[in-house]
Amino acid sequence: MADGERSSTRPRGRVFVARTQVMDGDEVRRALVRIAHEIAERNRGLRDVVVVGIQTGGVPLAEQLVTILREIEPAAVPFGTIDVAFYRDDIRLRPVQPEEVTDLPFDLTGRTVVLFDDVLFTGRTVRAALEALAERGRASAVQLAVMVDRGHRELPIRPDFVGKNLPTRRDELVVVAEDGVTIGDLRVTGNDEGIR
Amino acid sequence: MSAPDTTDTDPSVTGEDFLVGRRAPAPRHLLSIADLDRDGILEIMRLSDAFAEVAERPIPKVPALRGRTVATVFMEPSTRTRLSFETAAKRLSADVMTFTAATSSSVKGESLRDTVETIDAMGIDAMVIRHHASGAPLRVTDWVGASVINAGDGTHEHPTQALLDCYTIREALTARHGEVPADLGGLRIAIVGDVKHSRVARSNVLAFSALGAEVVLVAPPTLMPASLEGWPVTATGDLDAILGELDVIYLLRIQSERLGEVLLPSLDEYHWRYGLTRARADALKRDALVMHPGPMIRGVEISPEVADLPASLVTRQVRNGVVTRMAVLFHLLGSGAM
Repeated sequence: MADGERSSTRPRGRVFVARTQVMDGDEVRRALVRIAHEIAERNRGLRDVVVVGIQTGGVPLAEQLVTILREIEPAAVPFGTIDVAFYRDDIRLRPVQPEEVTDLPFDLTGRTVVLFDDVLFTGRTVRAALEALAERGRASAVQLAVMVDRGHRELPIRPDFVGKNLPTRRDELVVVAEDGVTIGDLRVTGNDEGIR
Repeated sequence: MSAPDTTDTDPSVTGEDFLVGRRAPAPRHLLSIADLDRDGILEIMRLSDAFAEVAERPIPKVPALRGRTVATVFMEPSTRTRLSFETAAKRLSADVMTFTAATSSSVKGESLRDTVETIDAMGIDAMVIRHHASGAPLRVTDWVGASVINAGDGTHEHPTQALLDCYTIREALTARHGEVPADLGGLRIAIVGDVKHSRVARSNVLAFSALGAEVVLVAPPTLMPASLEGWPVTATGDLDAILGELDVIYLLRIQSERLGEVLLPSLDEYHWRYGLTRARADALKRDALVMHPGPMIRGVEISPEVADLPASLVTRQVRNGVVTRMAVLFHLLGSGAM
């Protein structure tokens, strides 16, 4: 499944069947703390650093990341969210719907943008996000942070900060939540119950 | 006519179909509000929210329909609807072709069929059509491969006007209550004026009632449709009797160009009986909303001073026209497999 990490693409009538939990809530939390310190180290502090979460999967963890960043350095660390539906390259190939309204109320010119998503897979979501960000001003740098890098890239995109590298099969599904990371499969069912 | 997207319930659509991009066909045309059910209208509302945010950006444009072409084919005079559609298409990065009857071969006698087939042959993805004949857009769907969007056909329908009106009411309710309402349930909406000749009224009756509002039609007997059978509405000739119970008063334009016979004694008398005068505006509920699809004829449907009151949503309607039409274009051209 080409873009299985995003809930928007999961058709109703199919259900996520969890197989293995690969991170628990504490491990997710520790990974976020480590990523926060790596961001501060790489950028020699957090001046001009802003965090942008990709709707919807990246947003809850990005919010937590911002809270941690504000604890470890006395900096404002503005936070925004971005929905990339209108920038995707697979419009027409499959149903594409915006999930949430973009909320990015500041100019990115001169800032260091840390783009956060829950799962990095083909890289197409990140490509769309980069195009969307470019319209909001010329950031001095864009860095990519993800909780899980599951491989299978289709574009030359590489994360700067990774919670966990997780080898997967293409047809598997990875679900990231604050209480852990689970790997499993989509199964066809007869009803609309399921995933969320 | 387009079939609703049945993927969720159609057992013949398997997970494997989804994986390789085979899917039940997405809705192709928008000819009538009846092509969308309640869920379809609410889907357009949600999409419009996303495009309203785009409209606020420094660069109010997204690449969603890059490489696609939208033709506007207007066989009847219109400025705002055509500009609204063309602006919407451009903000989605689509290319736009404009056809207006006055500057084209139709004045040389070319038939509608030849005209639309010619435009279709240039390679377009959507055709936005306005025509003086009711049902013309439906006929056009037989002749062209593009998605057809009805931008007003005779006295039949004007679905995107109804969608932008629903969105405008929803937006006003959101501002009032601080949260987005599920639908328009509980609202009492009067549609006042030349209901008989109004495609706006026809689309709005369907849209408002699909979203749970109660619709009452107000018109002199000569401008009321001969039969209201099958319409989920009530009707009255007495506007003053119901003013105090209305949440929305929707004024229609008196279309002098469609009044082929003498149906009104005079425009002054119409204003006196059915126009929104200052006295009638004062008799409305304090938070009642005043709407008009434009162009407003001040002194007929509405008094000049009332048109400028804060309760009037007329300029919001125009602004929301672009946003809602972006949603319609994206819904038909961008959000599913074609």
